[in-house]
Amino acid sequence: MSEETKNLIIDYVKKEYLEEEDEQEVDENTPLISSGIVDSFSMVSLKMFLEKKFSVKIPDEKATTEAFDSVNNIMDLLKEFNVR
Amino acid sequence: MGNIGSYEEKYRNFDWKISEQELEYGKDGMYNLAHYCCDRICEKGNGEKLALLWEGFKGEEKEFTYHDLSVYSNVFAKHLQDIGLKPGDRICLFMERIPELFISFLGTLKMGGIVQPLFSAFGEDALFTRLEDAGTKAIFTTRKHVRKIRRIRDKLPALAKVIIVDAGDKPLEKDEIAFSMEAAPKPKNFEVYKASPETPSVLHYTSGTTGKPKGAQHVHASIIAQYITTKWALDVKPDDIYWCTADPGWVTGTSYGIIGPWSNGTTQVILDSGFSSAKWYQFIEKHKVTVWYTAPTAIRLLMKDGTEVVRKFDLSCLRHLISVGEPLNAEAVIWSKEAFGKPFYDSYWQTETGAIVITNYPGMEVKPGSMGKAFPGIKAIVVDQETFEPITTPGTVGLIALKPSWPSMFRTYWNNKKMYDSKFKKGWYICGDRSSIDDNGYFWFVGRDDDVINTGGHLVGPFEIESALLEHEAIAESAAVGKPDPVNMEVVKAFIALKAGFEPNADLELSIMNFIRKKLSPLAMPQEIEFVKSLPKTRSGKIMRRLLRAKEWGEEIGDTSTLEDD
Repeated sequence: MSEETKNLIIDYVKKEYLEEEDEQEVDENTPLISSGIVDSFSMVSLKMFLEKKFSVKIPDEKATTEAFDSVNNIMDLLKEFNVR
Repeated sequence: MGNIGSYEEKYRNFDWKISEQELEYGKDGMYNLAHYCCDRICEKGNGEKLALLWEGFKGEEKEFTYHDLSVYSNVFAKHLQDIGLKPGDRICLFMERIPELFISFLGTLKMGGIVQPLFSAFGEDALFTRLEDAGTKAIFTTRKHVRKIRRIRDKLPALAKVIIVDAGDKPLEKDEIAFSMEAAPKPKNFEVYKASPETPSVLHYTSGTTGKPKGAQHVHASIIAQYITTKWALDVKPDDIYWCTADPGWVTGTSYGIIGPWSNGTTQVILDSGFSSAKWYQFIEKHKVTVWYTAPTAIRLLMKDGTEVVRKFDLSCLRHLISVGEPLNAEAVIWSKEAFGKPFYDSYWQTETGAIVITNYPGMEVKPGSMGKAFPGIKAIVVDQETFEPITTPGTVGLIALKPSWPSMFRTYWNNKKMYDSKFKKGWYICGDRSSIDDNGYFWFVGRDDDVINTGGHLVGPFEIESALLEHEAIAESAAVGKPDPVNMEVVKAFIALKAGFEPNADLELSIMNFIRKKLSPLAMPQEIEFVKSLPKTRSGKIMRRLLRAKEWGEEIGDTSTLEDD
């Protein structure tokens, strides 16, 4: 999985789910759901972003809080759909 | 044996004075509920007992005894006085679940202020609507959330002070105050405001079908109901470790996340983090939680992750499990027996009722899927939806109606007496929920009687969403309805007609979702958007949400004779 893909997701999380000037650091290991950066309701918009950006359809049963809990986890999930 | 003992006997012979006597409510002319949540516990010799064990996301912990609660709530109260706030001023709490949130609640009440707790995930539009309506004078917040306030500050002339509890040495803007609970001087004594039982205490905003959210105003005497329901319905005992997962931005988080447990002198634990099954179970195991009060949405998320993860932890500490916010489905009750060896007990109440009014009790047979029976002191029935006459035939669906009044009943909607009056019909408070009652007196929830969306246990008003949607550059008109959801019971679905020059596509859909999430809250964000050419309207031009909702629920559409283009 490319560095570009990883950074794309990190940038999106920062832009959409953090306030401007938020001091929270986000990297590929930062917990997203369990930390509260992205709540379970907002996960739907993150899922839609991924589906749109990478032209995939993530089934609801795969879109678990665990699978979305870090950028690394999300990248593992995307690998299942051959996203590089 | 549960604290309540025999439900039937207690229901027959109940008087709210039982609770007043146990609390010694009104002793020496003291009615301020904050006194009963900390100072009185200290006076009883339990000042060194642990009141709050707080754990942050990274595992950091803070502990506060009842003595600490007493001292720090005085610190908050004194600070509010010192900066010129007066009894009766509305003071908003807009923070994540940090200790300051819980303790400033007590401090504000000790000063005589009216606490206005707001969910910290609210966006600036949702925040503005509620602060403007309440004429809020001051707000406690954190660095994380202050930017939302700064963006709307100019439109809020009444908002005199913004108090940042973790400002440190960060730059402040005009009329912002850096305040540290732990660093502030500790007054030797603080004279608690001499509230009467009917003095306003808490203002919780709740959504309706039409108009802006309404502030349900409660009074100090609410503690009479919150104390005894915590003891009898939640079955909290002195040695329990109690965990209420609700955020104090919502009524459960104050009635049963502050007032109920602390007036009972219980130790409560708070986890300030997002959802994770493993983290929750780890928290229960680590702190040996005995009584757990949570929501069906959380239970269904736990169910989704299965029992395998449950088995990794020793959860034998759990003694009593209760649920609130939306109907607890039978599958969740059965699953909890398998996962934890005991069922979740459902409880029913509303922002307006201030305390549990219908529930299942320890020692009483639980009928999975039922809300249980009326709490002692509460006369609950169902009434006909048209005539508001009592329904006496078991199993017939009607509107849940409660006989006024009980101590925690709201006293009005802030600035909206007309709306308050409209909630009463033929001497009954009409809850707005439909239910039936079976032969044995158990209530069985059916659904809302209006267009309000119950998502994840929180009520979201369609009008507020539709108004916000119209601010999006691409949207000509919209309708928001609840659609069924296996986890959240309902989620928001928006039907949207676009302005000329805009075409439906995934980019636009995502832009609209994020637009609402940031303006209002994640709860209000449409989880699904359907683009339509036009919306069904009555001949007078009113959007017929019920048609759209019925379609989502697979229900009969009903009378369409007033439809514009039928």
